[in-house]
Amino acid sequence: MSAKHVNPTRMELTRLKKKLTTARRGHKLLKDKRDELMRQFLEMVRENKALREKVEAGIRSANQNFVLARAGMSEEALNVALMAPKQEVYLEAETKNVMSVEIPVFHCSTRTSDPSDIYPYGYAFTSSDLDDAVKSLSDLLPQMLKLAECEKSCQLMAAEIERTRRRVNALEHVVIPQTEQNIRYITMKLDENERSSQTRLMKVKDKMLQEAHQYTTYGDVKLAEAEI
Amino acid sequence: MYKIAVMGDRDSIYGFASLGLIPFSLTDPSAASRKLRELAESGYGIIYITEALAAQLEEEIDRYQEAGLPAIILIPGVTGNTGRGMRAVKKSVEQAVGSDIIFNGG
Repeated sequence: MSAKHVNPTRMELTRLKKKLTTARRGHKLLKDKRDELMRQFLEMVRENKALREKVEAGIRSANQNFVLARAGMSEEALNVALMAPKQEVYLEAETKNVMSVEIPVFHCSTRTSDPSDIYPYGYAFTSSDLDDAVKSLSDLLPQMLKLAECEKSCQLMAAEIERTRRRVNALEHVVIPQTEQNIRYITMKLDENERSSQTRLMKVKDKMLQEAHQYTTYGDVKLAEAEI
Repeated sequence: MYKIAVMGDRDSIYGFASLGLIPFSLTDPSAASRKLRELAESGYGIIYITEALAAQLEEEIDRYQEAGLPAIILIPGVTGNTGRGMRAVKKSVEQAVGSDIIFNGG
């Protein structure tokens, strides 16, 4: 059943045929896009999972170190030690286009060039546990940035995959079958019209012949009458 | 140039200050959600947020899920790992694939 009424005209038929070719091509392209996105997404999400496991484990051990450090120092000493951070992180974000999804790429630079120059305190009043804790967190930072990049990309790609899949399905199950049906309807209607006009013409021709024939016979009769 | 923020309860995040990330110690959900919105609009590229706090800000976080930056990333707090961050990854797999094929239902 065609969902809505279509005009059974040749113009409409040409338009629908064009629409069908476009829909078919679009469907093929979107399907390719979906497959490729899915492949890259699965790669990315595996990486994401591994990174997350690593970062979570890292944060857990860093937190353990911090708890140890806190136990060994007074609250004030700890606050003072961490009050004025020495290091600053600057983040540059670029975007990379993966199958029309803009995924972020982070570049990170620190204020001091020496990566080990992270302790914002003198060593005199702090416990060595605090050094360990800060070190473990600082070692984790690159992985945390990577995780942020990866996880954000995954979220964006997941949304795009969902959208693409909807489009593919809509084309495959709604637009293409409906257009095909409409085309079939129009061709049948046009054929039917053609047949009907053919028969009408044949009928008319028959009638005309008949008329002409009768005319001659009628004429003959007249002629015969006149002769009498 | 973007900055990086860390949100959560104080004990979980004070360590990050020494790395140059900017800590915001918050526990109240409504204040945190205001802060999150404020941070998202003021040039923060990544916002790390503890799982415990994120649990109360679900709606706010979901709003930024499909937008570009900032990236909001869950991290476990000092009270332990609730598995919430992993569930977020799982959720995006389910969204994309239709069913969970990476974690095998685990």
